[in-house]
Amino acid sequence: MNTLDYIVLLGSLLGIAAFSLWRTRGHHDLNAYLKGSGRTHWLTIGLSVMATQASAITFLSTPGQGFQDGLGFVQNYFGAPLALIFVAVVFLPIYRRLNVYTAYEYLGRRFDQKTRLLGAALFLVQRGLGAGITIYAPAIVLSTVMGWRLDVTIIASGLLVVVYTATGGCEAVNLTQKYQIGVIFAGMLTAFFVLLAKLPAGVGLGDALTLAGGFHKLTAVDFSLSPDRRYTFWSGTLGGFFLALSYFGTDQSQVQRYLAGGSLRESRLGLMFNGVFKIPMQFFILLLGALIFVFYQFERPPVFFNPAERQAHATGETGAKLRAIDSAFATAWGQKRAGIDAWLAARQRGDPAATAAARAEMLAVHERTEALRVETRNVLAAADPHAKTNDTDYVFITFILDHLPHGVIGLLVTVFFAAALSSKAGELNALGSTTAVDFYRHIVRRDASDARYVAVSKWCTVFWGLVAIGFALFANLAENLIQAVNILGSIFYGVVLGLFLVAFFLKKVGGTAVFWAALAAQALIFALYFLRHVLPVLDFSYLWYNFIGCAACVGLSLLLQFVLGSRSPARAADTA
Amino acid sequence: MSRPSAESPTAPPENGEPGPPAFRTWRGVYGFVLGCFVLQVALLAVFTWMYS
Repeated sequence: MNTLDYIVLLGSLLGIAAFSLWRTRGHHDLNAYLKGSGRTHWLTIGLSVMATQASAITFLSTPGQGFQDGLGFVQNYFGAPLALIFVAVVFLPIYRRLNVYTAYEYLGRRFDQKTRLLGAALFLVQRGLGAGITIYAPAIVLSTVMGWRLDVTIIASGLLVVVYTATGGCEAVNLTQKYQIGVIFAGMLTAFFVLLAKLPAGVGLGDALTLAGGFHKLTAVDFSLSPDRRYTFWSGTLGGFFLALSYFGTDQSQVQRYLAGGSLRESRLGLMFNGVFKIPMQFFILLLGALIFVFYQFERPPVFFNPAERQAHATGETGAKLRAIDSAFATAWGQKRAGIDAWLAARQRGDPAATAAARAEMLAVHERTEALRVETRNVLAAADPHAKTNDTDYVFITFILDHLPHGVIGLLVTVFFAAALSSKAGELNALGSTTAVDFYRHIVRRDASDARYVAVSKWCTVFWGLVAIGFALFANLAENLIQAVNILGSIFYGVVLGLFLVAFFLKKVGGTAVFWAALAAQALIFALYFLRHVLPVLDFSYLWYNFIGCAACVGLSLLLQFVLGSRSPARAADTA
Repeated sequence: MSRPSAESPTAPPENGEPGPPAFRTWRGVYGFVLGCFVLQVALLAVFTWMYS
C-alpha cells in the first residue's frame, strides 16, 4: 500500500462516517434512534439489509471459496428469495401492526416475558459472538498480509464503528451502509474488469470460463441427494430457507433494518430487492474467485497463500521441507501450464481425441499441484499445531496486492473495511437496542424517559462493541471464515425460528410449552454439533441444523402443550 | 415511553399498491421474485452443464 492507497482508504471510511453523522444530526428521540426517521426509502432499506448480511468475510473469503471449491457455495443462498417472500408476507405485517422495536417484543406479547427473554438471549449470545468474528475476520487477514499489528487493526476499526453507531443510531447506520455498499460494488466490479484485462492476450472471458469449467470450478448446482455433501440444491434450498428465514425474520440486526421503512410498502420492497439480487451477487463474487483460479494458471501462484505463516517456518528442517515442496510445485505448475496450452490448442483445432487426452493430462498434473498444497499445510501443522493452515481466506488479498495497481489496491482494501463496518454497525445497533428494550426496560426500569432509554441504548451499543473487540482480540478460528459465521448462525437460528413459527401459526401453544421446547431443541442442536466427530452418522451439513432445530422446537412445543393441557387461545391480532 | 404510530397521517395505506411500474398487486411482486429465483437456478444449472 502506498500513500495514494491510504488516502483512498481513510478518505472513504472517515468521509462516509462523518457525512452520515452530519446528515442525521439532531434525530435523537427514541423512535428515531431505534427505528430511524420513518422516511427511509425502500432502496436504502434494501441496500442496508444487503450491507448488514454481506460482511467483510463475504468479500474477503468468498472469492477464496470460488478459487478452491468453485461455485457450489452459491447454493447456500437458494433459500433466501423464498424466505424473504415469507418474511414480507407473514413476519413484517405483524411487526408493523404491533409497532415493536425488536422482534423479541412480539414473543413477549404473544407468549410471556420468559419466552421473550429467551429469544432475546439466544440472539445476544449468537450475534455477540458473531460480531466478534465480523471484526476479527478482516483484521486477521489484512494485518497478516499488510504487516499491520493485529490488535491495532481490530481496535481502530472497532472503535470507529462503535463511535458512529452509538452516536447516530439506526438512521446513521442505514445511511452509512448505503454509501459503503456503493463503494463495495465499485471495488468488486473494478477488480473483475482488471482481472479480465490481466489474462494473457487471446484469452477472453469465454476461454477463461472454459478453462475454469475444465477444472470443475463452475459446478454451481448439484442435485445430488447425498447428505454428507455440504452444498447441494436440496440442502441450500431447504436448509438455506430455514437459515435465511430465521436470519431475515428473527435476527434483530435485520429486523431493525427493514422496520426503518416509512411504511409497510418501503419495508417490503427493500426485502424483495434482496430476493432478486442476493443470488446474482454471491454468484458474481464466487465467479471472481474462479477467474482468479484461471489467472493463476497463467501466472505461477504461491504454493501457500498465507505469506506470514510460511515465513514463520522458513528456517530449519521445516524450511528445507517447504523449499523442496516449492521446487516440486514449480516443476508441476510448468507441466500443468504446458498441458493447458495443449488442451486449448486441441479445442481450437476441433480435435476431440486430443482434447480429451490433454484434459486428462492437465487434471492429473493439477492433482499433483493440489497434493503439494496439502503437503505444505501438513508440514506447517506438524511444525506448529496452532499454525493457520487454511489459506483460502488469503487468496483474494494476495491477488490484489501482487497484481492490482495502486489506487485500486486502496479501493479494494476500502471494500473490506467498508463491508466490515457496515455489517458490524447493523449488529451493534441491534445488540444495543435488544439489551436496552428487552432487558433494561423490562427488568431494570419500566418507567424511564425516552432520553434515558436513548442513553442506555448508546451505552449498550458501546458495551457490545467492546465485547466484540475483546472477543476479536482473543479469537483463533480454524474454519474458513465465511463458513465459521454460517455454522455459528445455524446452531442458534433454527430454534429461534421455531419460537416465531409457533407464535405465528400454532395458536393453542402457550409460553411455558414453547419455552421448555426451545431449551430442549437448543440442547439437541448442541449435542448434534459436539458429537459429530464421535458419531460419524451425525457428521452432516451444518445447514440441516436450521431445519432440525426449528422442527424440534415446533414438535416439542406441540407435545408439551398436549401434556400440559389447553390454554386460552392467542389473540388473533398477534398471530398470522 | 412514547410510542408513535407506525404510519404518519400522510403515509400511503399499509396494504396499498406496491408502487413500481407494472406491479399492481403484491401477489405480482412476489410472483416476480419467485420467477427470478426459478430463472436464476435454471440459468445456473445450464451454466453448470455448459462448463462441466
